[in-house]
Amino acid sequence: MQELLSEVVIPTMSYISRIIVPMLEGTVVTLKLFFITIILSIPLGVLIALARISKYKLLSSAVATYIWLLRGTPLLLQVFFVYYGLPNFGIVLDNFPASCIAFVLNYAAYLAEIFRAGIQSIDKGQYEGAKVLGFTYWQTMWRVILPQTVRRVLPPVSNEAITLVKDTALVYAIGLGELLRATKIAVSRDAVTSPFVVAAVFYLAMTFVLTKVFDKLEKRFAVY
Amino acid sequence: MYMIEARNIHKSFDRLHVLKGISLNVEEGEVIAIIGPSGSGKSTLLRCLIHLEVIDRGDITIQGQPFAYETEEGKSCYVPDKQVREICKKLGMVFQNFNLFPHKTVLGNIIEAPVIVNKMDREEAVDIAEGLLKRVGLADKRDNYPSQLSGGQKQRVAIARALAMKPDIMLFDEPTSSLDPELTGEVLKVMRDLAEDRMTMLVVTHEMGFAREVADRVIFMDDGEIIEEGCPKDIFRSPSNERTKSFIEQVL
Ligand SMILES: Nc1ncnc2c1ncn2[C@@H]1O[C@H](COP(=O)(O)OP(=O)(O)OP(=O)(O)O)[C@@H](O)[C@H]1O
Ligand SMILES: [Mg+2]
Repeated sequence: MQELLSEVVIPTMSYISRIIVPMLEGTVVTLKLFFITIILSIPLGVLIALARISKYKLLSSAVATYIWLLRGTPLLLQVFFVYYGLPNFGIVLDNFPASCIAFVLNYAAYLAEIFRAGIQSIDKGQYEGAKVLGFTYWQTMWRVILPQTVRRVLPPVSNEAITLVKDTALVYAIGLGELLRATKIAVSRDAVTSPFVVAAVFYLAMTFVLTKVFDKLEKRFAVY
Repeated sequence: MYMIEARNIHKSFDRLHVLKGISLNVEEGEVIAIIGPSGSGKSTLLRCLIHLEVIDRGDITIQGQPFAYETEEGKSCYVPDKQVREICKKLGMVFQNFNLFPHKTVLGNIIEAPVIVNKMDREEAVDIAEGLLKRVGLADKRDNYPSQLSGGQKQRVAIARALAMKPDIMLFDEPTSSLDPELTGEVLKVMRDLAEDRMTMLVVTHEMGFAREVADRVIFMDDGEIIEEGCPKDIFRSPSNERTKSFIEQVL
């Protein structure tokens, strides 16, 4: 009896070796979604943040509405909308690209607010110092303001990145074969819950690496 | 030709009328000290000359080129942005709180504008920067970050950074006011050297010693107006206006 219970919850080595391949394949999908989202949502978030603080009222309020919509509705709903809703407008997407689009748009909105706060925390004297040296608006942003913003936003961005790793599990709902789905398949098939433990270890490993990467980045930017 | 010709400048912040018809001609190589009580509009005047604030009325001409001009309706307009930037490049400005770029080293601060704005070769910019650092006595700080410098050192870097753009006119807004008293000397010395090299300078200052010894002309401002101007000797020894007299008695 004792043996049976532990078999159900704590996976044995031989069992792990059987489920490890599909779970690694799921992890690859998870990582792909993670990297695509991070790589695209950061630049998009910067642009949205700049638009948000733009002196052009129309642009700024259009972007404010965007941020409100994307932050104000569940990410899963947005995934459903892109996957099930867009076909009504003649746009049919596979579940992976659909997930990527929803994630990028959603994360860009969150990141934009972080970047906006970061940009606005930079002293007004920096703009004036750049301006009297003849910098244009874009030169000021790229060379003076954004580099200083990076350091200030690293901690909140690190938070978002960790949330993102776990949010990728949502796309399970539209049948994308990421880590959680691979796990659930094993659980249902073998009538054991131990794959959940393996999945938890996988997620923890990913967030651990991520935490370390951000720690390194923070140290690197702490030189000044 | 005047380096700066400002005529009848008015500037308000909302309903606060800060500059009430300032007129000022600056000759090449002239060093002007602007003094006056707090809130009299000294900083605002400098900021208007370099487009950090925009004037409401009046004209500004820099080295013969129109910069801002009053239209028929009595509102002032600046020339197009591109020209504004070109003209502003002829002016350098040094701020009370330095406004150095904290993420750049001392050298990085100085070469940034020549390289990015003027598209100068990096090596050439570094050469110029090293020369300037020597001139302000900070050659050994080239790879330090601003946070590692004292206030006086920061301000000298800020002066070198402005000079790297080869301005024809330098504006100083209380360059020593945020420094500990023992650090003002090193900054004032750099400014004296500049004056000796016949740089055209407008210096808002509370350093009466500097105004008296270095300036060719002292301008006393109060409540948005130029109350009195003249050579330092006359202003300090025998001011003709009551307000000037009481201000000078207070600060000396
Ligand atoms: N951006 C602004 N918005 C509103 N009011 C301003 C602004 N800048 C300056 N003022 C006001 O304009 C007046 C003149 O300010 P200014 O900074 O030019 O004075 P100052 O002569 O330089 O004084 P100080 O010696 O204290 O530096 C002050 O009453 C100030 O409060
Ligand atoms: Mg001032």
